[in-house]
Amino acid sequence: MKSEPFSISQLEAVSKLIRFLTIRNSHLTGTPHLGSCLSCTDLLVWLYWNILRLDPQNPKASDRDRFILSKGHAAPVLFQVLAQRGFYSSDALEFYGQPGSVFGEHPPTPSHLAGIEAATGSLGHGLPMGLGMALASRITKNPYRVFAILGDGECNEGSVWEAAMMASAQKVSNLTIFVDYNKWQATGRSDEVLGLAPLAEKWRAFGWACMEIDGNSFEEIESAYSCLVKDDRPKAIIAHTVKGKGIPFMEDDNNWHYRIPTADEVRHSAEILGISADQLQLDGRKPLSHG
Amino acid sequence: MGANPSVTVKSMRNAFADEVTQLAKADSRVVLLSGDIGNRLFDRLRAASPDQFLNCGIAEQNMMGVAAGMGLSGLRPIVYTITPFTTIRCLEQIKIDVGYHNSPVIIVGTGSGLSYASLGPTHHSLEDFAIFRAIPNLQVLAPWDAKSLRACLRMSIESSSPTYIRIGKKGETDLSADNTVPAIGDGLCLQPGKQVCILTTGTISSEAALAAKSLVQQGVSAELVLMHTVKPFSESVIGELLERFDAIVTVEEHSKVGGFGESILSLIAQRGLQKRVEVMGTSDVFMPVVGPQEYARQYFEIDADSIVRVALRVCQ
Repeated sequence: MKSEPFSISQLEAVSKLIRFLTIRNSHLTGTPHLGSCLSCTDLLVWLYWNILRLDPQNPKASDRDRFILSKGHAAPVLFQVLAQRGFYSSDALEFYGQPGSVFGEHPPTPSHLAGIEAATGSLGHGLPMGLGMALASRITKNPYRVFAILGDGECNEGSVWEAAMMASAQKVSNLTIFVDYNKWQATGRSDEVLGLAPLAEKWRAFGWACMEIDGNSFEEIESAYSCLVKDDRPKAIIAHTVKGKGIPFMEDDNNWHYRIPTADEVRHSAEILGISADQLQLDGRKPLSHG
Repeated sequence: MGANPSVTVKSMRNAFADEVTQLAKADSRVVLLSGDIGNRLFDRLRAASPDQFLNCGIAEQNMMGVAAGMGLSGLRPIVYTITPFTTIRCLEQIKIDVGYHNSPVIIVGTGSGLSYASLGPTHHSLEDFAIFRAIPNLQVLAPWDAKSLRACLRMSIESSSPTYIRIGKKGETDLSADNTVPAIGDGLCLQPGKQVCILTTGTISSEAALAAKSLVQQGVSAELVLMHTVKPFSESVIGELLERFDAIVTVEEHSKVGGFGESILSLIAQRGLQKRVEVMGTSDVFMPVVGPQEYARQYFEIDADSIVRVALRVCQ
């Protein structure tokens, strides 16, 4: 089911491609939340290339690991990841955002798209559902693992903390979450909108094994997971990330929560990411107009 | 109406605990999630199948999401707490996690309607039909007694569809007796008649049954049909009744807005029929005073005497 893990440099190359495809798609389809996509791209690439036990040819295998993108508005990057991992062909994404397409701003349900475990988009739903899947693994004696990425803004939702308490009470050991701590939510700094900090201490106080890392560093992601994997508590990795990571003119600028890049900005991003001109494929594609 | 010495009452709550215990023993997929309620009620289940019982605490949003995740992982979770907390407290989780994902979760609301009349409107549930009728994929069942509840639970698990089951608390009249509980979508005719059809759902059916008997004593040929299925709407069953009756009374322990009765009015309107219909349910007010369930039913004029009065009116 799983081949050799990718090296750091291989992972970095995949990340660059995924970032580019996501930026290009945002331009072509008018899909927002680019900043939110770029902050968690490295976490997704690490999970999908080196950790998750998945078979794209058999996406419903009962012993598969489960991954939930609880911050569902980062679906545009997940859609690119799933295509690159072979859950569907990249051609399927040609219809992204067209009327009738399943590819939009949020993940559809598992019945509608292979590789998706939960239709998120309303925040605070992914962790409880993932907890249910983790508990089901124990009840059915089927030892798969469950992973989720939550947003820092998402941690405003009370249901996140309800799930946190139940996971520790039930001593769920096969559940690992990442908080994509990019320091922004839709309209402000996440530490200012609500009292989020100190975030790692909160998860520890709720009974979770918790580490803080640079969430845009594969070395740190890998090392934190290796450190926590044997812990029998639920695991939270507070991933300090940069919104818009990888594209200097987008980094830590919350306008990119909603802004759509122009063709020039896509070309500029391609240069930054080392994407060759023949991969640009902007010509002949008319951007969709979104109200 | 006066007490009827032949009436047998059974606790729906105890029947639920007993049925779930049996189901869990027979089917390892069945898991009961309780919202910190039912002290001692599930002791037998916990002893017999400890892995199949989870106290999820007073955290209903999480409980519903957990149930949906379990349902998507091959289990048949049953979520149980007092009706307002397993319905509107976690409504978005029901809409998205359960409904949208079509996750085979069974949501059981105990002490529904006015069962907890004395606890005030925080514990009343008079809007659940209206809300759940509008959520795709969800079945809505309101059994009338312990026996029909047991059947509804079994049918729900067999159906693999997300299902909301609205139950009473204790002391529900045994109306089913030796009758077979009908399949989802079908009705049970407890008393045939010709002049007026009383159509009822849920535990208020006991008041409708008293009213139907009283009407016969007064020389009115009243038919009594019990429906546990609020959704999917039983167009064939209701349609057949509309062909036989011009006078119809619907009775539910739920708001008149958006409930069982309105679904029947809607069919009558769609078909352009001329009928004398009265929808009986709670009016559009919160009940600001306390009292037992019988008092609350009188307060909202959905008790047996009120049903008789209304039935006589539509017969004229």
